[in-house]
Amino acid sequence: MTDHPIFKHGWIVVLAVGICAPALLSSYDLNLLGRFLAMAILAIGIVLIWGEAGILTLGQGVFFGMGGYCIAMYLKLSSLEAGALPDFMEWSGVSALPWWWVPFANPVLALLAIIVVPAVFSGVFAWLVFRRRIVGVYFALITQAVALTFATLLTSQQNTTGGYNGLTGFQTIFGLELGTTDGNRTLYWVTLAILALVFAATRWLIGSRYGTVLRATRDGENRVRFLGYNTTPYKVVAFALSAVFAAIGGALFTLHAGVVSPAFVGVVPSIEMIVWVAVGGRHSLWGAISGVLIVNFAKDMISSALPEAWLYVLGLVFILVVMFLPNGLAGLVDDLWQKYRTRDGSNDMAGSTGALEESK
Amino acid sequence: MLDATLLAGQVFNGFSVASLFVLAALGLALSFGLMRVINMAHGEMLMLGGYLAYLTYLVVPGPLAILVAMPVAFLGAALLGAVLELTVIRKLAARPLDTLLATWGVSLILQQAARSIFGPIGVGVTAPDWLNTGFLLAGVYIPSTRLFILAVAVVVLAVLGLVIARTRLGLLVRAVNQDRMMAAASGINVRRVDLAVFCLGTGIAGLAGVVLSLLGPVTPSVGQSYIVPAFLVVVMGGLGSMVGTTVAAIILGLVSAISQIFLDVSMSQVLMLLSVIVFLQFRPQGVVATRSRALEE
Repeated sequence: MTDHPIFKHGWIVVLAVGICAPALLSSYDLNLLGRFLAMAILAIGIVLIWGEAGILTLGQGVFFGMGGYCIAMYLKLSSLEAGALPDFMEWSGVSALPWWWVPFANPVLALLAIIVVPAVFSGVFAWLVFRRRIVGVYFALITQAVALTFATLLTSQQNTTGGYNGLTGFQTIFGLELGTTDGNRTLYWVTLAILALVFAATRWLIGSRYGTVLRATRDGENRVRFLGYNTTPYKVVAFALSAVFAAIGGALFTLHAGVVSPAFVGVVPSIEMIVWVAVGGRHSLWGAISGVLIVNFAKDMISSALPEAWLYVLGLVFILVVMFLPNGLAGLVDDLWQKYRTRDGSNDMAGSTGALEESK
Repeated sequence: MLDATLLAGQVFNGFSVASLFVLAALGLALSFGLMRVINMAHGEMLMLGGYLAYLTYLVVPGPLAILVAMPVAFLGAALLGAVLELTVIRKLAARPLDTLLATWGVSLILQQAARSIFGPIGVGVTAPDWLNTGFLLAGVYIPSTRLFILAVAVVVLAVLGLVIARTRLGLLVRAVNQDRMMAAASGINVRRVDLAVFCLGTGIAGLAGVVLSLLGPVTPSVGQSYIVPAFLVVVMGGLGSMVGTTVAAIILGLVSAISQIFLDVSMSQVLMLLSVIVFLQFRPQGVVATRSRALEE
């Protein structure tokens, strides 16, 4: 899918532009771009679980939120004097820090938690569901219920989670002033570096033997079973990895945005995450990243100009993309490239891979 | 100690919640059994039913307005269902997950449309006087609205059961359910059966919207609050089975109502989800498992 020469070496150009972006953009736009790159880390996870493993999950917001809350709890506690409570807890009359807040006073534990908490939660959940061979629509609906439940829980346990408003008012992380131009710039580069790392790792994983079995599971799970594979661990790992990516994205997003709240966790944001990848192309890592950028910059522009219109646009785009462009913009680019090559006369492998795609 | 009256009251509430779940989930389960697709805009059919009830009350005020509103909402939602089936769902028949996503887009548009037309706050529908009462049964206060909802659910289930068991449409539905290819080969227009069942399902959701309007204001997101439990009911009920859907709805309704004696609403929601996951550990195919030798459903 991505063996166009543009993509083969294009990544160097993209990365170079990415590194130089702080010099080219206003600090408002840079902050937006930083947020979107954090979201792109989550989108890569969706490519893995949805594009490669064929498992639609409508609950990525849960893990995005987990990452966000993990880092936010640390930031909240680190800004306090020893023994003091976060402001919202004092307002709601909580007298002692809840036990599950305590580890987050430690920066190392908090950073570890960003990875461990979603990995354990998603791993156990996926194992319980996949081992009973609950797949497809059933799985999607259960994950949606998880998203709803988690968001309701965060909202209703006001005195320990900050409720509807979530956690906000962060100042520094590891000596880095958040919200300043310098801080934003450093944070942006950190986000870009982590995105590049996750991108490369996922690309390697997709190309590995593991990736092959995962795709085979997507296309014919029973056949893979008949070949002697137990498909459950493959799927559990894919789900857990996508959850961890979502959490890393969520933690970085929280640093850029300066807030985490149930609004990023619930049913609608979770499906919106799927929209990014659907628009960009569920089988393509580049597509997913472009999808995040396109959808979110469009959202920023449309909802500031015509707030009413955004949901209409989002709904309509989603319907049209799903119906007419199931492989998203990346699929469209691919088709056009294929056509161009065929007309060019250099019709070597292009035709045959096209036929394979068709027969799927 | 657990108060027996409190428990009895919550059991009654459980059945009343269950009847809402059944009404919201039946349509989903029917078309899921037939076509293997889930209509994410099903919640908006509830919403539409609610708004149609509101409009009907404006046109025909009076104690019996609700009885007029029910057929109006049924037909309105069925009509919208027909449009949705013909324009979106039919085109995506072979891709169930994509159907789910596309219908979510529809749901978003319908919600926003309701927001633009009726405003974000929601409109109130006042229950007629004959429903605004209640009575004591063995120390438990039974509000008439709740009893009415229960009755509507029972009637809908009975009628639907008769339609499936006794009518020609029911015969066709059962045939397509058992073996779509053979049904098509014997001359049944399966597409038309799909359409009929889908409309029937959305119509029932419209009806559910009317009874929902008795319990609270109709808002653009009213469907959303009932649809996720309804999805869980479908998952737990087993492939499109009416009996399975009803049993699952009763189980979840009772879990939700009884747990609220000890827990707050959000924790009871957690418990509901956990109970579904635990239930699926023992019966992954749902309450009523379809017996089949086919490898893949």
